[in-house]
Amino acid sequence: MIQQERMIVVRQSEIAHHIFELTLQGQIVQDMNPGQFVHIRVSETFEPLLRRPISIANIDKETGEVTLIYRAEGRGTKLLSQKQVGDEVDVLGPLGNGFSVETAPEGGTALLVGGGIGVPPLYELAKQLNARGIRTIQVFGFATEEVTFYEEQFSTLGDTHFVTVDGTKGTKGFVTDLLEELKPEFDVFYACGPMPMLRALEQFYPNKEGYLSFEERMGCGIGACFACVCKTTDSTDKDYVKVCSDGPVFPKGVVQL
Amino acid sequence: MRRLTIQLPGLELKNPIMPASGCFGFGKEYGGLYDLSKLGAIMIKATTVETRLGNPTPRVAETPAGMLNAIGLQNPGLEKVMANELPWLERFDVPIIANVAGTTTEDYVEVAKKISTAPNVKALELNISCPNVKHGGITFGTDPVVARELVEAVKAVSTVPVYVKLSPNVTDIVEIAKAVEAGGADGITMINTLIGMRLDERTGKPVIANGTGGLSGPAVKPVAIRMVYDVYKAVSIPIIGMGGVSCAQDVIDFMSAGASAVAVGTANFVDPFVCPNIIDALPAKLEELGVKHIKEIIGRSHR
Ligand SMILES: Cc1cc2nc3c(=O)[nH]c(=O)nc-3n(C[C@H](O)[C@H](O)[C@H](O)COP(=O)(O)OP(=O)(O)OC[C@H]3O[C@@H](n4cnc5c(N)ncnc54)[C@H](O)[C@@H]3O)c2cc1C
Ligand SMILES: Cc1cc2nc3c(=O)[nH]c(=O)nc-3n(C[C@H](O)[C@H](O)[C@H](O)COP(=O)(O)O)c2cc1C
Ligand code: FES
Repeated sequence: MIQQERMIVVRQSEIAHHIFELTLQGQIVQDMNPGQFVHIRVSETFEPLLRRPISIANIDKETGEVTLIYRAEGRGTKLLSQKQVGDEVDVLGPLGNGFSVETAPEGGTALLVGGGIGVPPLYELAKQLNARGIRTIQVFGFATEEVTFYEEQFSTLGDTHFVTVDGTKGTKGFVTDLLEELKPEFDVFYACGPMPMLRALEQFYPNKEGYLSFEERMGCGIGACFACVCKTTDSTDKDYVKVCSDGPVFPKGVVQL
Repeated sequence: MRRLTIQLPGLELKNPIMPASGCFGFGKEYGGLYDLSKLGAIMIKATTVETRLGNPTPRVAETPAGMLNAIGLQNPGLEKVMANELPWLERFDVPIIANVAGTTTEDYVEVAKKISTAPNVKALELNISCPNVKHGGITFGTDPVVARELVEAVKAVSTVPVYVKLSPNVTDIVEIAKAVEAGGADGITMINTLIGMRLDERTGKPVIANGTGGLSGPAVKPVAIRMVYDVYKAVSIPIIGMGGVSCAQDVIDFMSAGASAVAVGTANFVDPFVCPNIIDALPAKLEELGVKHIKEIIGRSHR
């Protein structure tokens, strides 16, 4: 169920250049699933006005804590990065439909592909897949070394490969360059990142089951305002989908890329 | 709560607060968060004859204390709204104001005729900010003669009172208000969004795919207040005011300027519980002002 809650900041730190890891505590954590997101009001004033959508990166139901990883770039996320331990944050969530963990065959292998700030939701996903006995191969692309994060955390979960555009960490190039070289064997893939990456993956693995997480500018975040609409392909019976409430995760082939 | 009731043509309002069209869909999403029977009324998303898929994205952009939107009147179309959306809303004890849009007079007439027969639709709100294809795309709401004729045509077929939603993108909003009153409008709702543009800092190009968008949110409130204030002086039909409302004081301001009720748009995105929160906060506001019934403050700026 979607709820609004004033969550408490329990930790916040800069884990890479302008990349922050924020842990919040509250009741709504109990309802969270991997791939879902929260809509955060970063200020009590009208500046900035709109909430910011951020993916759920780590869920700890025992402590009631959720971790978000975000890039502090614009006005809103910069304000969020200034929140101190003990501060309250107005959070609406959990929102949307996340990654379906159940569809991966038990004992099988899942390929996780992330680009930049699309990597965070794959962390909770990898954890939950591992817990179900599914092996994960993780391929992450970043612009440059200084914005990479969570190498250690991901390494404990599965084979982890980094790619950077400038070659400062891992292979030089894009995730698709590395995938071409690795030729990984897997049953299902999950991806979150920029459109060109998602498009390339659909073309790369036409016969594999796959799930893609999308980003779109949002207003309400709950399906009421039609801000975040994407066109669908002819293979679906819907004319459009809303990223906030029908997504952000869709099976491969649903959204027109 | 009797001190918040308001009677308007076709509408028995428990309180003067209602979500504005396009900011509340057809109620389902917010209905999952709180009991919609708490609201004075609900203004549903614009309905057109056919399904509308709307504009390309990005459709929204944040601006100082506001936002631009170019949704493009996306809606499932008259038939589906009648078959699915309105019946779903019947479970709540709340009057529905149906926002009607189109590109020709015939479109408006067709939607108005059918949608006014839905049992829970107690009033129509004509969105005259739409481009008129027969008049070179100039919006219905910018020409007093065109606006008046449209109201007359819709009044002839509607079985419920007709409110007209004025566009602020005109030289003289009072002239349009008088024209729609002369055309037989039962009330006025105002204001719709102000046309604006935001540029991308790096490329210098518009952020919104459509180029322009409608500005809403706290930033537009002074413009809206001034317009309600002027229109109130010029017409004798009631006004439902809106534009940047986000708290009980904003409601008091709009009603003081002359609105009989108030709609809340963009603020729903900021705080999904804003409408019930405002309703709960109003009695204390009245107490502060030493007012027994909220009706007493309508138009007090002019007294
Ligand atoms: C479902 C979803 C999950 C996301 N998860 C993450 C995450 O885990 N970590 C992360 O760093 N970022 C994530 N993003 C992107 C994040 O929402 C934007 O980076 C953020 O809103 C930018 O806000 P700002 O204040 O920095 O920028 P500003 O430039 O001040 O933003 C202005 C407006 O544009 C919107 N906006 C700007 N960029 C984006 C974008 N890429 N996507 C959607 N809206 C945008 C803002 O929300 C705001 O309304 C996610 C986006 C979506 C839709
Ligand atoms: C996302 C969005 C969609 C809107 N859609 C409609 C619409 O379909 N019909 C209409 O008459 N007004 C529409 N409006 C205008 C609002 O109903 C309202 O007049 C305006 O936003 C000013 O109020 P606010 O500042 O409280 O948002 C829309 C506004 C927004 C922000
Ligand atoms: S953000 Fe409002 S419908 Fe998706």
